[in-house]
Amino acid sequence: MSGRFVRLGETERPPVTLHVDGQPVTALEGDTLMVALLSAGGTLRQSEFGDGRRAGFCLMGACQDCWVWTESGDRLRACSTLAEPSQRILTSQPEATWPNLG
Amino acid sequence: MAEPRIIVVGAGPSGARAAEALVMAGIRPIVIDEGRRDGGQIFRRQPDNFTRPYAKLYGTEAGRAKALHDSFDALKDQIDYRPETLVWNIAGGQVWTASGNVQETLPYDALILCTGATDRLMPVKGWNLAGTYSLGGSQVALKSQAVSIGHEVVFMGSGPLLYLVASQYVEAGAKVAAVLDSSPKGARIKALPDLMAQPLMLWNGIKLTGALKRARVPVHHQITPVEIVGDADAGVSGVRFRSASGAERTIHCDAVAVGYHLRPETQLADLARCEFAFDPGTRQWLPKRDADGRASVQGVYLAGDGAKILGAKSAEASGRLAALAAISDLGLPVDGGAMTALRRDVAGHAKFARGLASAFPWPAHQAAALPDKAIVCRCEAISAGDLRSVMRETGAVEANRAKAFSRVGMGRCQGRYCGLAAAEIIAVEAKIPVEQVGRLRGQAPVKPLPIAIGDEEA
Repeated sequence: MSGRFVRLGETERPPVTLHVDGQPVTALEGDTLMVALLSAGGTLRQSEFGDGRRAGFCLMGACQDCWVWTESGDRLRACSTLAEPSQRILTSQPEATWPNLG
Repeated sequence: MAEPRIIVVGAGPSGARAAEALVMAGIRPIVIDEGRRDGGQIFRRQPDNFTRPYAKLYGTEAGRAKALHDSFDALKDQIDYRPETLVWNIAGGQVWTASGNVQETLPYDALILCTGATDRLMPVKGWNLAGTYSLGGSQVALKSQAVSIGHEVVFMGSGPLLYLVASQYVEAGAKVAAVLDSSPKGARIKALPDLMAQPLMLWNGIKLTGALKRARVPVHHQITPVEIVGDADAGVSGVRFRSASGAERTIHCDAVAVGYHLRPETQLADLARCEFAFDPGTRQWLPKRDADGRASVQGVYLAGDGAKILGAKSAEASGRLAALAAISDLGLPVDGGAMTALRRDVAGHAKFARGLASAFPWPAHQAAALPDKAIVCRCEAISAGDLRSVMRETGAVEANRAKAFSRVGMGRCQGRYCGLAAAEIIAVEAKIPVEQVGRLRGQAPVKPLPIAIGDEEA
């Protein structure tokens, strides 16, 4: 599957390249992370409860089904975070690190 | 007396109009909103670098959307506006906010809650599959990002949004595979006298069905959803439903938008310790308020769809009215004539909203027929069978007890999308009226917070 979402307009915006799981993904300026990821792929994340892949649900910050992570471990809500060129996004949670045990 | 501190939560139709009324009375309110831009969900604004005109974004409501946005833009210097900020708790006369990693507590003299609504959902087998979205979410995709949620979209459920969003998708060039309406046809005829309270809005609704017909979108009435079919990895591949005649059919698609009208976001009213009452018309627990929006707790006011689903037009009026009530309660002068006119306005919309609620009723009966394997809680993949067997084992029939044992309602959406359906499932299983099941208590934080949150640096 190429992309889940289909662009219907506003395609004249400048491109933005971010990295998702180490791979470059080209989005458009003003895209949310959700639109950036789902215009290029089919899903956002794995359900932690064994029922398969997820691609978000409410798009208004209420359901929390669109969580992705930065490489430094910050959790982002993909529906309400804008795509930025410097982003390095992970679609699975990075291993927990405990700096005080380093 | 120092200027009273009034906090407005939400910058949709009711919050924006409440803020305007406060500014007109010479008060500088704090306006806290989760959105990046004002407008709420219905008049959600697209990002700055998007160029679609108002008529394209908001259709028949373009004039009202522009008026609301213009009014709020003009207020910006006269209010303490805090976008992208979550109110996550209310306690001891203070609101607790989080924005990024910054947390603050703000005391208030009056608090006007304009928290808006989210989609009301009834689970269907397979609704956890990737490609299933809430109806409101499918509209957000188009309105604020100019995308369709899929290559072939089925719109399923009931309520005024169903036809509105489907026709907006058609107009924007998306492929709509079908509209599957679960509401009984007779209900709409019975609701006509109430719907006639707003003839223009009724006419706009009728025009939408005509537009879908012209675009040759198949519309099926009085359907019963059976299953959203698909694959755990690839997501949705179709929708199976029972038609009015009883025959089962499957429509191929890669996305489904589903919803059954709306439900108010009442968690903050709950945390502010407002009293609730069961509303038999919508089978929901709603915070109590008087005709002007005063909650049961002194200094707390409720307006817009966050108090009861009455629509955006009513929300503008009830937002203004709640602000005037707050001003008057603080001993400041208000225009009594304006308050009387606003009360009349709000009452007119209540009639229309009652018509909508009876034309597109909540399909409570679907809860009884929900197969054991269907997931009720999408957050933690807990099935109807899991919930029913927990009830049988523990005898828990009260909403919060059943939640404690089954975890339904305990996931990261905090019951927003499963709570109403879970209550219906429990009521059927326990053979009690749904109001006896009670309601899920609001819990702080009302949404997950980042772990690294800290106090604001001075």
